[in-house]
Parts: sequence; C-alpha cells; structure tokens
Amino acid sequence: MTVVPTTGTATPVAAPVKRRRLRFVANPKATTGLVILGFFALVAIIGPWIAPYDPSGRSNDLLQGPSAAHWFGTTHLGQDIFSQVVVGTRSVIVVGFIAGIVATILSVLVGVTSGYLGGAGSELLSALSNVFLVLPALPLMIIITSTLPETSTLTIALVIGLTSWAWGARVLRAQTLSLRGRDYVEAARATGEKTWRIILFEILPNLTAVIASGFVGTVIFAVTLEITLAFIGIGAGGDWNWGTVLYWAQSQQALAQGAWWWFVPAGLAIALLGTALSLVNFGIDEFVSPRLRGGGKTNVKTADGHTVRMRVGFTPVLATKAGPEGRETP
Amino acid sequence: MSYLLKRIVFYVFTAWAAITINFFIPRAIPGDPVQALITRSRGQMTTEAVQSLYVLFGLDKDASLAEQYFSYLGQLLRGDLGLSFTYFPSPVSQVLGDGLPWTLGLVGITTVLGFLIGTALGTGIGWRRGSWADALIPVTTFVSSIPYFWLGLIAIALLTGPDSFFPASGAYDNGLVPNPDLEFIGSVVQHGILPAFTILVSSMAGWILSMRNMMVTVASEDYVTVAHAKGLSDRRVMVGYAARNALLPNVSGFALSLGFIVGGTLLVEIVFSYPGLGLQLFQAVGAKDYPLMQGIFLIITLSVLLANFLADVAYLALDPRTRREG
Repeated sequence: MTVVPTTGTATPVAAPVKRRRLRFVANPKATTGLVILGFFALVAIIGPWIAPYDPSGRSNDLLQGPSAAHWFGTTHLGQDIFSQVVVGTRSVIVVGFIAGIVATILSVLVGVTSGYLGGAGSELLSALSNVFLVLPALPLMIIITSTLPETSTLTIALVIGLTSWAWGARVLRAQTLSLRGRDYVEAARATGEKTWRIILFEILPNLTAVIASGFVGTVIFAVTLEITLAFIGIGAGGDWNWGTVLYWAQSQQALAQGAWWWFVPAGLAIALLGTALSLVNFGIDEFVSPRLRGGGKTNVKTADGHTVRMRVGFTPVLATKAGPEGRETP
Repeated sequence: MSYLLKRIVFYVFTAWAAITINFFIPRAIPGDPVQALITRSRGQMTTEAVQSLYVLFGLDKDASLAEQYFSYLGQLLRGDLGLSFTYFPSPVSQVLGDGLPWTLGLVGITTVLGFLIGTALGTGIGWRRGSWADALIPVTTFVSSIPYFWLGLIAIALLTGPDSFFPASGAYDNGLVPNPDLEFIGSVVQHGILPAFTILVSSMAGWILSMRNMMVTVASEDYVTVAHAKGLSDRRVMVGYAARNALLPNVSGFALSLGFIVGGTLLVEIVFSYPGLGLQLFQAVGAKDYPLMQGIFLIITLSVLLANFLADVAYLALDPRTRREG
C-alpha cells in the first residue's frame, strides 16, 4: 500500500460556494410545521398563566356547551375544558421532547456503534434493537408503568424514551454501514485518525438528517403513547394532559350525553401537533431527497394538442408535425 | 431456506426475551399482590391456585432466582397463567381464550386490509406525482396523526344513535347466543363494521405515505426507464416493475410496525366495548389485575411474532433474491 503524501489536505471537503443558510426553513411544509410547533411550545410555557380557570376547579356550570365564559364548555363537575387543554399542553410537550431526546441519544449510541464497529458485538446490538422493535410497545408500557409505585410526567417520559429507541437505532445502523465504506472514511482511517474522531467528525455530521428525522418521529410516537396511556387511566398523578381530558370524557359517558365539546378539542390538538411534527419530518425528508417533493405541474400540453406527462428520468421527445424525417406522433 | 431459519431463531429469541421481561417485572411490584387477591377472594381460593400465583409473582422467598425462573417456565409450558382478579375465579388462560378470537377477527382482518388498500392507493399516488392525487397527501398526514381511539369516539358520536343501523358497543346483540347461524353472523358483521372502518381509515394513511415515497424513488430507476423504452404499457410498468420493487420495504415495514398498530387497535376495542383483548387489558389496568395484564402482554407479543413470521414468508415469496442465497 502506498501512502499518498497529502497529509493535512484530507480534511472534510470545504464547500467552495457558501451554502445558503436556512435552506430548510424555506421548505413550505417545514415552515408550517415549525410555526404550529412553536405555537404549542409557547402554550406549554405560558399555559398555566393564561388559563382562565383552575383546570381542576369545580363550578356550578355543569356540562355546558361552548360559550363566551367557557370556550370549550365544561365537564360534569363544572371544570373548564379550555383550561384543561391549555394547561395539559405542557405535560404533552415535556414528555414528547424528553422521551425524544433520551431515545435519540440511545439510538445514536447503539446504531452508530453497531454500524461502525462490526463483529459479534455489533450483531448483538442489532439483535437487541430488533427485539425492542417487534415487542408491542403499548402492552409493554402498560405492564411497566403499572408496576411503578408512582408515576409522574418525568417517569412516563423516561420509560417511553428507554423503550422506543429501537427504530432510530436500526435506521442509523443501516446508514452507518453504508457510510463506513465510503472513500473519505477510508481515507481518514488510512491517515491514522482515531476511531472516535472518525465517528464524531466524519460519520456523525453525515447522519444529521437521519438523526433529526428519527428524533421528530420519536416525539410523535411518545406524544401518542403518553396520551393513549392517560386515556386508559395510566398517567401522571395529578397532572393534566390531553389524554386525561379524554379519559374523563370517556369514563363520564360524554358521548351518550351528547357532550361533543368534551373530547373534540383535545383530539384536534393531538392531530394538529402530530401533523405539525409530520410536516417537519417531510421537510427533512425532502431536504435530504429532493425527489420526494411534489412535482408541481407535470402534465404539459404540446403545440399539437397532445398531453405529455413529465417524469423523473424520462425525457419526452416532442415530434413536430412535419418533421424532416417524417416521424409520426405516437 | 437459511433465511427462514435465521428468522425463526430470531423470533424464538424474542419470545424468550418477552417471557423473561414478564418474569422480572412483577418482582418489582411493591407489596404483596397475591395477599391482596387472597383477601379479596375471601378464602375461596384453593391452595394450588395460591401456589401458582406465588410462582408467577416471585413471592416464593425460599427458592433461588434460578429455581423461580425454571418453575415459572414450566408453569407457562403447561398453559398456567394464574387466576384473573377481574374475572375471578376464571384462570387467565380461559379469559384470554374468550377474548382472542374477537381480537384476531377484528384486528387481523382490518390490519391486513388496511395495508393492502393503503399500498394500492400509495402506488397510484406515487406514480402520478404532480397530479391532483398529490392533494391527498396533506389529508392522509392529518388522518395518520389522529389517535385511533379518538377517531372511534367521533365515529360513535356521529354515526350511532337510538335509531342508527350501527350499534355503539359490543360484538353482537345481547339477546343472541353465540351460534354459527345466520342471525348471529349478521349481528357480528353489523357490530364489526364501525370499529373495522375506524381501524382501516387510520391505519391506511401511513401505508399510503410510505408507498407513495417508495414509488417516487423507484420511478426514476433505470429499469423503469428501460421498461418504458421497451414500449410496455404504463400500467404494466407501474405494477410489474415499479410497484413490485417499491413494495419490498413496505412489507418489511409492515412486519416491524405490527406491534405498534396492534397497540392502537386495542384502543379501538376499548372505545367500542368490543369484547377482545384490548377491552380486557383496559379492565385489568383498572382493577390492577396483574396476572391478566401479563397474560395479555404475552399472548399479544406471541401473536405479533407469529404475524411477523408470516410477513417474512410473504417477503420471501416477493423477493427472489432472498431465496437464492440459501
């Protein structure tokens, strides 16, 4: 093996053209998602101060529909549902993000290690993440949380984070496996870079998009799981979240009493938050793989009235009516 | 065949992991859950039943952990999962036997149907990228973000009522005795339509999105261009060339997300009071019925593993490359 005497120049390629900053934000889907997400984050922070009533406080307005005094109506005990939804936002956002961060750190550790190092340990880590992947999450969470002596928002977030890293680890492992064979990684290895340095400075920067999309995916998953758990009655003690609102709506027969206002706002909030996170994820996907963007207008009318559909990797040849070779239009 | 063999080894390993989790978790329960049950049963329990619960919950203090583990495994092999607190004095295995057929029927059929319909729709939308079909994507995103159970609540609020065709709860009319006759089957179908529709709508959305993205990626591959250049019909290129290859990641995705989907569909059972495992799990949580919870976790995990295995067999049939290796 010859050693190419280019020491020092094997640094990551410095882009000659300055990259446009904030390209990601220019994506309309990502922008919409981030704006909605920002709104929920704001409500999570200031929620307890802007809520007009105490979410658990009872009043004499029992089971009333939406009005000026109670925007989302009241419960069977006269509690204000708008306040419950607003105050509950914090718990939802906190669980989503803590679980997302814990799961992302674990998935990076497991995925990148098993992808880069190879060998028996790698196979073992991969098998471990596959096991966590096929175990049904909801029943597993139920039997874990029901044995905990007391559950707070934080413990729920940690349990979700500790059990939901497997998907990200699997994707990261696959991506790392493909990256470690690339020329620039080989070059770094040949110049005697330390393994941790290669992983931190050569591999990880190229995984940013995958990690980000995995994080957003885990947040969606964690939020849904927390709300589902609260809905079936396993939740953080006295904390309100959207699932708790739905739990009370279900257990007090809100449907049979026609109290639609009791469960519609919380459900719409869940769907809106989920959509916002999915939009951010689409933005990341399209940022990485521009093909996925919607194609714009692809049906093109030609001069002679034919319609040609444009397609990636496909060049339509538009024959003129009286071409020199006399080709016929198909 | 070595591919299948590898998968079987993996599933056996996973099943063992699930059983081991099931063995250790009850040992973390504070207090003495068995004593609580004995108190509640007011002395109606036989000594054998008490002993079996002690093995399940690891309260047999004289035995070492290894001994406890093996007696636990032996008990599982005999199908003894202890007694249910909620359905006392029925054993857990019998309670599970009552619930499983309903869950398999409802969840099994709708999950597979949702995958098939969603994949077919995704194929069409992905192939016609940039046409009106793209407008469906934001809609499906929104629908896939809605929790299954909330959609069920809405369906009940909108579509059921005193004089509606759709019943709001149960799996068949209360007055009927389960018999394989026309009246009973008709009643089961009538009760099943709404929960099934709820699961279909929410599970389909995800498959549409992932298939659409795979189709868009595959559509620019060289072999698709070659197929076009050969002058094959658009339909044939779409189904036989693009979709066939785009389908593979979707099938493995199906296998991997089964555990998640099953979790969501169990919630639909709760909303519709459908007498399957989901409703039993809900009742077990409410009553702190640990043996039933554990039994349900075990049976759901084993079913998901079996379904995963079937998806692997389907993958094998779809992708000739996996067959050649063996």
